[in-house]
Amino acid sequence: MSELPPFLLFFAAALLAAFTRGLPRQLILLATPVVTGLYLWQGINPGTDVAYSVMGYELSILRADKLSLLFGYLFCIASFFGAIYALHVEDTKQHIAGMTYAGSALGAVFSGDLITLFIFWELLAISSVFLIWARGTERALKAGMRYLVYQVLSGVLLLAGALVYYHQTGTLEFNHIGLDVGVAGWLIFIAFGIKCAFPFLHTWLTDGYPEATVTGTVFLSAFTTKVAVYSLARGFAGEEILVYIGVTMACFPIFYAVIENDLRRVLAYSLINQVGFMVTGIGIGTALALNGAVAHAFSDVIFKGLLFMSMGAVLYRVGNINGSDLGGLYKSMPKTTALCVIGALSISAFPLFSGFVSKSMVMTALMQENHGYFWLLMLFASAGVFHHAGIKIPYFAFFHHDSGIRTQEAPTNMLVAMSVAAFLCLFIGMQPQYLYALLPWEVDYWPYDLTHVLAQTQLLFFSALAFVWLNKQGLYPPELHSVNLDAEWFYRRLIPAGTHRTVNFLQRAKASMVTTVTNQIQGMQEQFGKSPLAKYHLSESWPTGSMVFWISIILAFLLLDIFSLGPLA
Amino acid sequence: MGNHISLLLVIVPLIAAPLVAVLPRGRLPWAASFFVSVVCAVFAGIQLWSVLQGGVISYELGGWAPPWGIEYRIDAVNAFVALIVAVIAALTLPYALHSVEREIPEEKIPTFYSALLLCLTGLLGITQTGDIFNVFVFLEISSLSSYALISLGKSRQAFTSSYQYLIMGTIGATFYLIGVGLLYSQTGTLNMQDMANILPSVLHLNTVETGFTFIMVGIALKLALFPLHLWLPNAYTYAPSVVTVFLAATATKVAVYVMLRILFTVFPQTFTIATPADELFIVAGMAGVIIASVYAIYQKNIKRLLAYSSVAQIGYMVLGIGFATATGLMATLIHLFNHALMKGALFMAIGAIIYRIDSCRLDQIHGLGRAMPWTFGAIVLGGLSLIGVPGTAGFISKWYLVTAALEQSAWLPVAVILIGSLLAVVYMGKLIEALYFKPVTDNRKVVTEAPLMLLMPTWCLVLANIYFGLDTDLTVGVAEQAAAILGGMKP
Repeated sequence: MSELPPFLLFFAAALLAAFTRGLPRQLILLATPVVTGLYLWQGINPGTDVAYSVMGYELSILRADKLSLLFGYLFCIASFFGAIYALHVEDTKQHIAGMTYAGSALGAVFSGDLITLFIFWELLAISSVFLIWARGTERALKAGMRYLVYQVLSGVLLLAGALVYYHQTGTLEFNHIGLDVGVAGWLIFIAFGIKCAFPFLHTWLTDGYPEATVTGTVFLSAFTTKVAVYSLARGFAGEEILVYIGVTMACFPIFYAVIENDLRRVLAYSLINQVGFMVTGIGIGTALALNGAVAHAFSDVIFKGLLFMSMGAVLYRVGNINGSDLGGLYKSMPKTTALCVIGALSISAFPLFSGFVSKSMVMTALMQENHGYFWLLMLFASAGVFHHAGIKIPYFAFFHHDSGIRTQEAPTNMLVAMSVAAFLCLFIGMQPQYLYALLPWEVDYWPYDLTHVLAQTQLLFFSALAFVWLNKQGLYPPELHSVNLDAEWFYRRLIPAGTHRTVNFLQRAKASMVTTVTNQIQGMQEQFGKSPLAKYHLSESWPTGSMVFWISIILAFLLLDIFSLGPLA
Repeated sequence: MGNHISLLLVIVPLIAAPLVAVLPRGRLPWAASFFVSVVCAVFAGIQLWSVLQGGVISYELGGWAPPWGIEYRIDAVNAFVALIVAVIAALTLPYALHSVEREIPEEKIPTFYSALLLCLTGLLGITQTGDIFNVFVFLEISSLSSYALISLGKSRQAFTSSYQYLIMGTIGATFYLIGVGLLYSQTGTLNMQDMANILPSVLHLNTVETGFTFIMVGIALKLALFPLHLWLPNAYTYAPSVVTVFLAATATKVAVYVMLRILFTVFPQTFTIATPADELFIVAGMAGVIIASVYAIYQKNIKRLLAYSSVAQIGYMVLGIGFATATGLMATLIHLFNHALMKGALFMAIGAIIYRIDSCRLDQIHGLGRAMPWTFGAIVLGGLSLIGVPGTAGFISKWYLVTAALEQSAWLPVAVILIGSLLAVVYMGKLIEALYFKPVTDNRKVVTEAPLMLLMPTWCLVLANIYFGLDTDLTVGVAEQAAAILGGMKP
């Protein structure tokens, strides 16, 4: 029984979703994550390893231990509430893409070697882009294309890294890799880094996610970055550089999130910020920190999913998600408002909510390892989270000045999905021992001690105070229709413009050279035209001429080179 | 029949060609050609099987013993290439029925099939023969018939592009002949095996080196080595769809085969490595992969887009030759096979689109994917194979190529191969975007799915792409043997 890789069920569901409609399809979509989740829980023992052999390489398609199982449960939960949330969607390709995407994520976390990982890595990219394209707008098409280029680039780097790694070490097993193995380590590291949204490599996320469909974003936010977090935790735990990267990731998105108008893009930035906490934990590398990182991944998927779902519900009902155009929606959508606030409190790490019990592990680990300054920066990041995700999101969407929009409450299936996620947020926050029991490393930790609770509460209230004061003074960045420049400026503006100029310059240079040469040739042709040879002259507007030119070049090169070498045999 | 199969493989289409030309109009010429192509495919299959079982087949034409008589010498290398040519022909012909009726004037159809069979004769002949001059003869048979085939294209540019190809192709063939003449003057033999035995004693002569160079440049032109590819985009773009499918999947492959024979069987491998030829192949291959792929991205005509992609793919094959290792040659041979599958499938699907809307401009096909789902599916899967996604045949080729490059610690080619894949994502993405995601142009008549006779061969090739991406016993196994024969060593 435990021989069967868990992703198969998802792929089968994707196939069935193509041929069924209506109720049977809804049942399939709901049953798949539940059955897979039960199977993971009961059917697979930690330590299972199913190997197969392809082209003489020993590959492992199902390698289960506590780390991969934890992510397995997580992905089942995420695809469960994602499926409920998307129950009303008729669009077949979104369902197929969603199921394939979730299945690939499962496949990736259970793969025991780099080649299997690479295959699922690419599948993740290809299946997920359809969730963006399904939106059908011109912007979504282009953003999807850019997203795909980034993702495929990551896959290519991973494959290259895997090959070099095999070349150097003679094994393809996916265990701790580390940066000490040289080029191979760095290639794989950057491949993971792209999917993990490292600074400057993150633009696909903030570019692509907000353009996806209402239901697609919920799926997207759950899988890609978390697979990358898992891979980093397995391959690069304890690499010092990750602490620096993680702290940067936790801090810089805050500024963007505060000034961004599109509320789903705000959430995308806050996703990077949360992943920053996980990356930092992985970088510290102690048992507590790693536990914190994966626990935070667990709670993040749930509360970030909840927030994306609530914003999706607003987008679904209002058709617009710009902070400047919304406001006062709590009157029409009270239930959505309440559920969104639960998500906001969780991400801000209020005591008794899920963010608190996982984030505090990373913070404690930072202190234990004497990273005092980083601890302060992370404290700033925590305050920032509360600012942009905890207050800004619900405030601008549901409260703020009344925009006059009157609409309906979100559809029932969306409310159910959000309630499931909200329940999990509260449950994890109040009964963290169940989550802790699942964590891969042995650790004795309890978040609810006096200093912790006090410090966090103080932080939150002062942060709230800052928001209120800035808002009252009119100093808070207003919500505007504007484009904020991010690292993507380099490839969307600078490089095209630069290339444009260079090409222009080269074209001008070519044109002037061509005119000079043509004038010369015309002069010669006039001379030639008077000669009796002229009647043998053939038209030159065909490629034949340049072909002959190249033939003579190559022939001359080869002959000269061979003769200069002297006798060869 | 026994060993006569090797001869029959060439004789059957040769004799059938004039007969087809005099058959009455209607579907009879097609039926006869189809029958011949199937017979050839079966023969080629039997031939490969018996070579794999019993080693080299040597067939003496007319009972004249080599090196005086012409010898057909079949080992795993040419049996493999002959099978590719024959199978592609057998798949192209069912496809041809409707497509040719749509694109070729009725009175020319018998001659068309006659020329197609002559082209098949030439290509099969090149693979079968063990005589270096005989290669030239068959090269001319196949080239002349393909000039005629290309000129039958619907647009007026077909004439000029066929004429250009004629000029350039003739230059290539002449260079080859000059080279053969120079070698003959020093060795006194035209039999490849015999020449291989004599050559080591005369390698120091400038004449031999010059002969080598001329042959190389001549064949490089025929296989469309970048920058000698200039004949290819026009020829592929303006030829009738069927001709494009057939030539793209076979003609350049056969030229690659000749190149392998000359470099590794006729000349000793040590000589080839000592010359700058292998470096030239690596440089030209890398330049071809990158530059031709970039050209492909900017094409407005879908056939021309795929034609440039073919130039890039030839770059991959040439890279394998340039490494001159057993793995490199394996990669070349595997890609030779796989590329025939993917380009065959893609050009067939494009031919189906042309059949329906009579245009191959990128801005004319907007939204067609929804009207022609099966054709679109074939393009998507063929494109994935072209990119080299795992689970498709293209992945296997790229895998062996990258392994070959890594063995030599050649980092730049590895980077180039991977960048080439990324560029393939972009140009195939453009095609798919236009087909599926762009809104349908208003003033177009309603389009329906292509007829079954076009779809079935297309999907045969598409499924073969998937099959050979999963089960590599045939391709890798044969390529391993073939590389061992060429390189004279075990990989």
